[in-house]
This record gives sequence, C-alpha cells and structure tokens, in this order.
Amino acid sequence: MSMNRAVKVPVTFLMAIAVFALVGPWLSPHDYITTDFDNLLASPSASDMHLFGTDDLGRDLFVRTMLGVRVTLIVAVVASLVSLLIGVAYGAIAGFVGGRVDAAMMRFVDTLYALPFIFFVILLMVAFERNFFLIFVAIGAINWLDMARIVRGQTLSLREREFVEAARLTGVSTARIIFRHIAPNLIGIVVVYVTLTIPQAILVESFLSFLGLGVQEPQTSLGALVNVGVAHMESASSMLLIPAGLLALILLCFNFLGDGLRDHLDARHTE
Amino acid sequence: MTLLKVKGLSIRYGDDVVVDDVSFKVKRGESVGLVGESGSGKSQTALAILGLLPRQARVSGSIEFDRAQVIGAGEEALNELRARRIGIVFQDPMQALNPYLRIGAQLKQILLSHGLAEKGDADTRVIEMLAKVGLPDPERQFGAYPHQLSGGMRQRVMLASALIAEPDLLIADEPTTALDVTVQAQILDLLEDVRDNTALLLITHDLGIVAGRCERMLVFEDGKLVDSGATTSLFASPGHEHTRTLLAAAPRVDRGAVPPGVSASTLLSVGDATVSYKELNAVYDVSFAVKRGETVAVVGESGSGKSSLVRAMLGLVPMEAGRVVYAGDILKGPVEDRALSQRRDLQLVFQDPASALNPQMRVQAIVEEPLLVHEPRRPSAERLSRVVAVLEKVGLGERFLRRFPHELSGGQAQRVAIARALILDPKVLICDEAVAALDGSVRQQVLDLLRDVQKETGLSIIFISHDLAVVRSISHRVLVMYLGRLVEAADNAKLFSAPKHPYTRALLDSVPVPDPVVAPKRAPLRGEVPSPMHPPSGCVFHPRCPIAEAICSNKAPTLVDHAGTRVACHLVAD
Repeated sequence: MSMNRAVKVPVTFLMAIAVFALVGPWLSPHDYITTDFDNLLASPSASDMHLFGTDDLGRDLFVRTMLGVRVTLIVAVVASLVSLLIGVAYGAIAGFVGGRVDAAMMRFVDTLYALPFIFFVILLMVAFERNFFLIFVAIGAINWLDMARIVRGQTLSLREREFVEAARLTGVSTARIIFRHIAPNLIGIVVVYVTLTIPQAILVESFLSFLGLGVQEPQTSLGALVNVGVAHMESASSMLLIPAGLLALILLCFNFLGDGLRDHLDARHTE
Repeated sequence: MTLLKVKGLSIRYGDDVVVDDVSFKVKRGESVGLVGESGSGKSQTALAILGLLPRQARVSGSIEFDRAQVIGAGEEALNELRARRIGIVFQDPMQALNPYLRIGAQLKQILLSHGLAEKGDADTRVIEMLAKVGLPDPERQFGAYPHQLSGGMRQRVMLASALIAEPDLLIADEPTTALDVTVQAQILDLLEDVRDNTALLLITHDLGIVAGRCERMLVFEDGKLVDSGATTSLFASPGHEHTRTLLAAAPRVDRGAVPPGVSASTLLSVGDATVSYKELNAVYDVSFAVKRGETVAVVGESGSGKSSLVRAMLGLVPMEAGRVVYAGDILKGPVEDRALSQRRDLQLVFQDPASALNPQMRVQAIVEEPLLVHEPRRPSAERLSRVVAVLEKVGLGERFLRRFPHELSGGQAQRVAIARALILDPKVLICDEAVAALDGSVRQQVLDLLRDVQKETGLSIIFISHDLAVVRSISHRVLVMYLGRLVEAADNAKLFSAPKHPYTRALLDSVPVPDPVVAPKRAPLRGEVPSPMHPPSGCVFHPRCPIAEAICSNKAPTLVDHAGTRVACHLVAD
C-alpha cells in the first residue's frame, strides 16, 4: 500500500525546508549576529551575499531567517511531543480505568480549559526568566488538553470493542491489553492529531515572539522576524514577506500532512 | 402490462463490475422478489432504477419506467419519478427519516412539495395514511419525532411515506432485516395489505420472505441475474445451480431432521441468575443446565436478555443474584478474578467478526494470543504448529497466517474467531449470534464446522440466536426467553413439534418458511416487545398474549414441568 500524494508532497516540502535551515547558514559567509554597517536595511541581493537582505542593525537576514525556521520547527516539534506524552498517557488512563477516576481526571481538564491560557502563558513569561524551555512547557501545556480528550474518547470506545472483551475472557493481562490491543489502535488518530497540533504550536510560538515574549534577541524565530518586519513594512517589505511566507508555507505543509494522513487512515479502514 | 423494463443493465466502479448485463421486467401490480447474498448486486440494481447511484458509477444499458428512460434522465425528471411514481423503504428507517422533523410534517412535505394535496386537507390525508399502516392513535403520532417510535413503528411510518403519493412501484430493500421476527411478520402482512395496485420489488436475502410474499423471483449471483421465474416453479425446480445452493442453505423451521437429546452428565449449570443494569432488569431468575457434548440454544427477540445472561455467566457483567456451577466448581466474580483454568474451558464467539478481531493484529497473532496467556512456556515453533492445526480445523490454511482481519471475508473472519476460541480446547463454546451476520451458504458451513468440532471433541455449545430455523437445525435443547424471563425450555423435538407457551407458538408461526406451498401465516402477535425498563405486571407476556386471562396480569407464572417441557404459563395444561 503506497502512501498517497497528499502525504508525500507536504513531507517533501518540510524535509527540504528543514535541510535548508540546517545547512543554509554554513553556506553563507555571514553569521546571525555580526552587524554589516555598510548595509543597513539592505534589500535582497546576491552581490554582498545578503540573499534576503539585512535588518535595521545590518545583520544578515538569510542566516537569521534560517535560524528562525530552526527555532520555530524545534519549538513546534518539542511542544507537540510534550502534549503527545502528557495527553496520550492522561487520556488513555482516564479512558481505560473509567468510572470515578475518569470523571475526576476529565473535570480537571475541563477546569484547565476554562483558564485563559494565553494570558496565563504571558504571566508565566513575565514572571520567570524567559527561556526556551519555558516556551515548550507553556505551549505543550495548552495542547495536551485536546489530545487527552481525543485519546480518552477513542480508548472508551475501544475498551467496549469485542476484541478487548475476548482478550479479557482469555485472561490477557491489563498491561498487555493496553499495549497490544488499545495502543496500536490509537496510533492512527494520535499521529493525525499531532500533525494538526504542530501548526497550532507554531502559531502560539509566533504569537508570543511577535509580542516580544517568546524567543529573545539575538536568538530569533519566524514570529520574531515577522515582528521586526512589520516595523519596516513600508521601507523594506521583503523583511516581512520572507519570514511570513515561510511561516505560512510551513503551516500549510503540516495542515496538508494532517489531512493527508487522516484520509490515508480512513481509506485503510473503509477498504 | 409492463411497468418497469430493465435491459442489459451493467454497473461498474472502475474495473469492478457490480452488476453485469441484467435484464428483467416488472408488470403493474406484480410482486417480484430480488434475492441474492451480500455483494450480489441486488441493491445496486435498485439504486439504478431510482437514479440514486453515486457519481463514480458507470452505468450502461437501459431502464425504462413506464416507457421513459431512467438512465441519463435529468435531476428534475428523477425527482418527479421518485416522489410520485416509485416509493422506497430501506432497511434502517432511522437513517431515512429526518430526526429533527415530526413525522406528520415529513409526510405532509411529500404531499405539498409535489402538489399532491391542498394545504387544507394534507393533514387529514397524512393521518389517514398513518392509520392505514397501523399506527395506533395516528392523531397523536402525527406530532411525534422518529426517535419516540419503536423500530417497527418507524418502519410503518417509512411505508406510509413511501405509499402516500400512491406510486406505481414500491421498492423495499431488506425492509424487515433489522426487526424482530414477530414484528417482521406484522410488517410483511402490512406490505401485502396496503399496497393495492402498487407493484412491489422486494429485495431480501431471506428466501422465506420471497416464498410467502412474491409471485415471481429473480436470483442474483456476483452481479449477474442467474435465475428467474414464478416463485412456485423456481422453488420446485431451480433453473440454476446457485438457486439450488441458496435453497439448500435456507433452513426450515417447520420440518427437517432434529438432533436428538443428549444423555450425559451435567457440565455447567446456572441457577436463579438475575442480571440488572441499574434499575433495568435484563435477566430475571433464569436457571438451566448444559450437558457434556450438548448444544443448548437460547432464543429470544431483542431485549430478551439472552446476551446478558451469558455475559454474566462469563463474568463480563456482574451477576446480581444466582450461581454458576462448572464441573463442580462455583464460578463467581468478574472474569478477571477467576482462575485461568476455569477461563480456558469457557470460550465465547461473538456476532460480528469484524469487531471481534483486533484490526491491527495478524491472524497468527490473534489465534496465538490465548496460548501465550495459558501456556507461555511452550516454544514458539510448537505454538505455531498449534495455530496452523487449529486454522486447518476451521477450514483455513497456513496461507492465512499473515493476513490482517480486513483482508478476510465475513465467513473467514468468523472462522478465525472460532479458531481463537478453540485453540485452548475449551469444554464449553458460547456462540452469541455467531452466524447472524453471515450469508446463507457461509452460515451453513460455519454450522457444519461447529457440529464437526462437537462430534470430534465432545464440546458443549451454548448457541444464542434469534433465528429459530437455525436453532432447529443445530441444537439439542432450546430455551426460549422473553423480557429476561425463561418462558419455555424443552428438547428440540418437543419444542418444535409441540410448543407449549403461547409466545413460543407465536415465534414459530412468525418465521417465514422458504416454501411457497406453505401459505404464510398472518402475524400471530400484535405490538412489540415492551421496554425492560418497565416490564408489564404479572406475566410479562400478557399484553401481547392472544390467550391471556385475568390471572395473567396479576400473578407471574413460574416454570412448571409438563411432560419434560418446562413452561412458565398459567394456561398450559398437560
């Protein structure tokens, strides 16, 4: 069974972007922090090897953009992994144990849903030293709630399926039922959901960085670059367009990938 | 006079030919049965007549309805055709009725949107129609929502909506498959009574229904029309091999050899079992025993508690009161608390093999799993040979080891489920509607398999089924349940030749007999099984019982032995 095109195309694009972000800065003579006083706010040109131009401090934007892509991708993937780990474990336990444990665990999730999370994250950022780690935690803390609900729902319905009943009857241990019967049937939906939470995480990170609460100078991310770009939108539009365009492309790829995977799995089930 | 003329009809999806060069005619007022197993193309043919095939379908040939071509007709013409000329009844009325509209409004809409009635008298027409299809208190039901009606009542409403425009043709696609057998009999009677001059195209897998209700029949196999003719002559002398196969696979409830009783020691007994879910009493005070090598059938309609009874026996749901004794040991508590040795002796086969097999595991892993639990020390090569041996026993070979469940047909999947149950050499096999989801010929094979295994190993079988004809052919003893109560228990021969409880008699009379010579009996019971949430007083069967007397509504009968038959009825004399 071959993967369909809706999966292959976005994966190819994402791989290309990731490789480019890793290798690109080495190929450039510039680094992300040195100021080129001769070229402040330069437009993209090949003559000085400022392929994407420079910012208001004369730093090379090609290298900074690649750095931004790296940071954005890392934040997104790590934050999604955090939400995956917490969400799957939490949801699977609530769903499989059921009863009062389930009710208590899910009411806790409901309570967390009621908190205005962006506000909470902003407070967190303001109160503590701003660092990478905190961003992962903050974003993961938002996303795991959805994951927990989805996994719980799926586990609840799997638990009632007859093949689980058959396993219970023969005497298969609870651990083996979870790992052999429940978990493999969760993977599909979890994978799809993760690819759909990554763009969410990217957006939250960009939003925080745009507000100046995310990644701190001289480090950068696509959101932070867009922030700077907006300030110079009229004089140097490429400063906004390039990071914004890349951000949009990455989001698009992940969304397509999620849809493609879902269709792929649906097709396998309805076959 | 020809109403519908289908000529050279072929339907394909990509390279898949689902209907292949089919030609037939339906005359005005005639009733034609369209029979075949699942995937034979009978429903696709019906959809083509209605112009309802999905866009991907490639259709060729000709379908003339009243001399107008249907294939390639415009949407407007098709709408007109479906609204006024052809009525449709599907298997599941819940999917065909809009859950957000009152049923009166849905029927009125049909009349008004096609100018079949003036606004003023639409209501009266609808109420008349609802009364005609036997809806009690039609004025009140006019304002009911679909979910407030029972399954049988919903199907009556569907029939009303199909017939209200007085169409020339009624297409009924498995209209009674989802209903209990006593309700099925009512709907089939109704179908005959209300259609007047409307021709009927009845699609079904049940030859019993065709035999009793259709003048002519068409037999489909793999998309081809292989046999057609008058029902009586086709049953008497089938023109095609496939018709013969179908007839041979259709069990009869009214005759045929009956397995004799088994005289051996009792292996398993259940005493005074009661199962409740909150205030709902699913099983009430049921006792029975199973002998070694015996097949005991538990029969009942929906809500009879037959599944709850065995689930409680196995410890999958809690048993509120009563006891289960197996080989001298009392089995109690949830299944997780029982000894492994007790668990391996009692195995369950489920109704739907698609849901009973883990879609992510290969056949080998599925069948092997019980061995891993019960004999973990066994070397893997030995396990593998056990798996292969049991697969061969159920008629599947080594080549199935690497398959996933979705790569199996329904019958193959059920064999895998049986193999998983048999690999531990259980002493009792419990089959919960294990053949209900299978086509006729496959069902026969699975039943034969169960008989063979029983003969070979002396297995006891508890066979839960709603299908009395199947039960007659396989069981030594039969328990009849109604609303959680055991109403009659007898040897197979006694139960089928001399049923004592009025409910058992009604059940037997409700089953369609696949023989056009036997005139179908009028539905013996009115109404439907009441909700177990609010069981009737006294004898729970009394509101539907044709012979009920005053005592029946006051006093619950107990099981009394009448010459070897245990019956719970006040009015049975020896």
